[in-house]
Amino acid sequence: MLRDRDRIFTNLYGFHDWRLKGAQARGDWAGTRDLLAKGRDWIIEEMKTSGLRGRGGAGFPTGVKWSFMPKVEGDRPHYLVINADEGEPGTCKDRDIIRHEPHKLVEGALIAGFAIGARVGYIYIRGEFVREAQNLQAAIDEARVAGLIGSNACGSGWPFELYVHRGAGAYICGEESALIESLEGKKGQPRLKPPFPAGVGLYGCPTTVNNVESIAVAPTILRRSGAWFAALGRPKNSGTKVFCISGHVNNPCNVEEEMGIPLRELIETHAGGVRGGWDNLLAVIPGGSSVPVLTKDICDTVLMDFDSLRDVRSGLGTAAVIVMDKSTDIVRAIARLSKFYAHESCGQCTPCREGTGWLARIMARMVTGDAEPHEIERLDQLTRQIEGHTICALGDAAAWPIQGLIRAFRPELERRIADRQAQGRAA
Amino acid sequence: MPKLTIDGREIDVEPGTTILQAADRLGIEIPRFCYHERLAIAGNCRMCLVEVEKVPKPVASCAMPAAEGMVVRTDTAVVRKARQGVMEFLLVNHPLDCPICDQGGECDLQDQAMAYGSDRSRYEEPKRAQPDKDYGPLIATHMTRCIQCTRCIRFAAEIAGTPVLGGLGRGEHLEVTRYVGQTVSSELSGNLIDLCPVGALTNKPAAYRYRSWELRRTETIDAMDGLGAAIRVDSRGNEVIRVLPRINEDINEEWLGDRSRFACDGLKRQRLDRPYIRKNGKLTPATWPEAFATIAARLKDLAGDEIAAIAGDQADAETMAATKDLLTALGSTHLDCRQDGAALDPTVRASYLFNSTIAGIEQADALLLIGTNPRIEAPVLNARLRKRWLEHGLSAAAIGPKADLTFAHDWLGDSPALLAELADGRHPFLATLKAAKNPALIIGQGALARDDGTVLLGLARRIAEATGMVREDWNGFNVLHTAAARVGGLDLGFVPGPGGRDTNAIVAGAASGAVKVLFLLGADEIEMGALGDAFVVYLGSHGDAGAHRADVILPGAAYTEKDATFVNTEGRVQRTRRAVFPPGEAKEDWRIIRALSEVVGHTLPFDSLDQVRARLVTLNPLFGHPGSLERALWQPFGRAGATSDRPLASILDSYYMTDPISRASSTMAACIAAFGGGCNHHSHRAGHHA
Repeated sequence: MLRDRDRIFTNLYGFHDWRLKGAQARGDWAGTRDLLAKGRDWIIEEMKTSGLRGRGGAGFPTGVKWSFMPKVEGDRPHYLVINADEGEPGTCKDRDIIRHEPHKLVEGALIAGFAIGARVGYIYIRGEFVREAQNLQAAIDEARVAGLIGSNACGSGWPFELYVHRGAGAYICGEESALIESLEGKKGQPRLKPPFPAGVGLYGCPTTVNNVESIAVAPTILRRSGAWFAALGRPKNSGTKVFCISGHVNNPCNVEEEMGIPLRELIETHAGGVRGGWDNLLAVIPGGSSVPVLTKDICDTVLMDFDSLRDVRSGLGTAAVIVMDKSTDIVRAIARLSKFYAHESCGQCTPCREGTGWLARIMARMVTGDAEPHEIERLDQLTRQIEGHTICALGDAAAWPIQGLIRAFRPELERRIADRQAQGRAA
Repeated sequence: MPKLTIDGREIDVEPGTTILQAADRLGIEIPRFCYHERLAIAGNCRMCLVEVEKVPKPVASCAMPAAEGMVVRTDTAVVRKARQGVMEFLLVNHPLDCPICDQGGECDLQDQAMAYGSDRSRYEEPKRAQPDKDYGPLIATHMTRCIQCTRCIRFAAEIAGTPVLGGLGRGEHLEVTRYVGQTVSSELSGNLIDLCPVGALTNKPAAYRYRSWELRRTETIDAMDGLGAAIRVDSRGNEVIRVLPRINEDINEEWLGDRSRFACDGLKRQRLDRPYIRKNGKLTPATWPEAFATIAARLKDLAGDEIAAIAGDQADAETMAATKDLLTALGSTHLDCRQDGAALDPTVRASYLFNSTIAGIEQADALLLIGTNPRIEAPVLNARLRKRWLEHGLSAAAIGPKADLTFAHDWLGDSPALLAELADGRHPFLATLKAAKNPALIIGQGALARDDGTVLLGLARRIAEATGMVREDWNGFNVLHTAAARVGGLDLGFVPGPGGRDTNAIVAGAASGAVKVLFLLGADEIEMGALGDAFVVYLGSHGDAGAHRADVILPGAAYTEKDATFVNTEGRVQRTRRAVFPPGEAKEDWRIIRALSEVVGHTLPFDSLDQVRARLVTLNPLFGHPGSLERALWQPFGRAGATSDRPLASILDSYYMTDPISRASSTMAACIAAFGGGCNHHSHRAGHHA
């Protein structure tokens, strides 16, 4: 269990003042100028040492990502883009960070911007986050008035401006290149890669896109050293992480914990346990709607980090733990996700555009068992026809929950079909 | 230069080349729908997936740049399976109505489904349908067939420069559509039909009138403007069903203007299909011998000086050569191929050519447009100017009509005095031209078909010379012709001989009675009401203005109905090929002149096409080298003098109707109704002749 002194988000629940004064009292903006004075290379090196892996879901090392930016600014400016379009079902960590710890994000933005040579940062915030955008803007305004950002940020000599851009509610705009398109005023559709944003990003300029949490933890990492962060958690899965626990638990919550904490401990310690006790657990989606579901026997022992969850053919994703007890209609739950992905597919590339709708329709029939047994196999094949063949990861995200369902609950699917057919014969 | 291996074959490619392009060069076929070599890469159809060693997922080869040492496989089980998967997805919401689809037989989706499709569908859910869109009179839409490849969107935005198409909605509900209230009013819109890989966008005027495999394909060239685009005429029986562009990188790449493509229904309407003789003021059908006898009787006892001929915009070189020889035999030097009276100087070839060449204009980095609107005078050329501007930048300015040219340019005004300012170095744009590496100008017929045309031509020459447009390795002085016949006529000397009258003088002579017999070779744009009592012989294909004025009508062949020679605006000799026969008793034009020559007692010394063409070569050796270009010698032309203050305008005031064929086309009439514009009949030029 995470010790309080290693906690980064000390106001995650908003018990204290989120404004500049309160934030400074908690240690934000302390010695920022000195951190910048140590130079870009030091910052990036420290971030690499910390082993911080991107908190948006893919888990790419943040320090390495920053190092991909051109070392010197050419004729094109560099941009920092912060992805606050938190749309992954089950996930609500960035929301609390922005609500209650906005200065961590603003300070992190300055440091990240400095490290990658960006004088301008954009925070693309999910449109539904109205109050959060207001808090964030207020924090930015406070920081600017206090000279913490602006033409001479923290007196460092580095100019840094930060703008909030509100999205309009499309899930796909959380994909970094679709986010960039949207930010440019275009329809949110993912771009082809390569080129990657570090080469050709916002307005065709070198751009780094980071998740809110990745940016917000950076100042603390730099203040307390990369080695401190790396010592938390497990090798290659270091540090702390905000977990979002929702569903059939007694006390749904966001909680910052050490990476690699056992899933059961996480749920029982922080979320008051599964409704009706651990044995009433049916399944858990451990990392937001796009990762495969885990059955109870795996949940008994699995650790919550990137590699452990990958080993059980799921993923940490955004660390949004969706707990389902035995009252859950698991097929209906996954069918709902399929409907979500069909609705949110941008429609740009063929497998996702045509495939997600097809999946959703078969899944809708699977709920009632109105299907043929061989369609389970077909469903699995279709997910594999989509997976890995699309421009962005939404295709994979639509495929994985169904693959997980078939893997874990195939007998349930077969039972429903058999029941339905028996009903038909009886009638 | 990255070296990669595709299916075990090594290839060196330029940096930036994609895997698909490299495979194309090796002749390895990779299926594709969204990729098109002239459009931006979209990478959305996912049909071109290939396997690359050390890459875990299949890669979209259209979008992946080749890298050193890359090992690509296009024929593995994984690749086949991936493509089969994509094909299945493409077909789930496709109506599979191939039997009633005009694209059937020439459909990329159909073809690829043969390779990657299944013979039955696994899709048991309801299919999506989409409402059809109104894309105007030229493009029929069947949007349920659309596979969302976005080629049309990209063409409209990139090539045509009219970004009116886009995708609405998302996921399955993504619909390609036009912006509300906007029409697809590009002069290049027909190319959307060619680009559409499925039957979503089809040829509306030809809808349901053909199956592609029934059509006879004739590769020929276009005669509806001065470019001479490469086209394919598809016919069935003796009817032209549709016209498509062919690839010719030197001229039209693979595009074609809408008039050239869609005016073909005009080939069936208003046709002159038998000779006519005016009797008691009324045109009455006649036989060929009667028509010839009537002309011979009228020519009898006339002095050569009393006979004249004017060639129209679609007269072919063979016919002009035969007519010139006949008039010479009759003792006349009153010939002109410039029916608009343009001040083109036949003695200096460089003064009437598009010297930079059409493809070469892409090298220009600064451009002055004089009295021209290339977008309506030559839309395919305009697309090149836009391409140059988009890809490498172009400092362009225009003196003449103020128009949306689809590329940025400064409109300097429409006063001819601006040309003098430029020539005298008093205008700032001269510095831009001087500073450019390859400066160019394009002067349109709107600047030449005026009383001060020679002066304007001279000013243009001075501007060209003052700004370094004419060098050993570059000639940026360009005349843009709108008539397919014009350069050929000038090249073979269909211009006034010694003491001869030009168009204006011929018309004046006809009015005064000095010219008693006037031959019109498809010339419909002169002021017919000003021809006095002259005996007019009209040789042409359509019942247009000339035929209405005629005393004898000799029915000729349209450009799709004869093997004929045209010289395009850059001086390229090209030949049409006969796709269908002329209607009724109509004949190939030069044969009519040849037959007439016998009746009037001056038998021309050629009986076959080869012999006429040999005669063309003696008139100008250039005619012996079809397809090639020869750089024209730069010599003085034009003259000094005062310019009028009449504003410079384009010779055309709208795009769709410019010649007897397009004026007879109901499709073009529908375009005018939909997109506006007029018919460009002779009346608006009357001021010039009056």
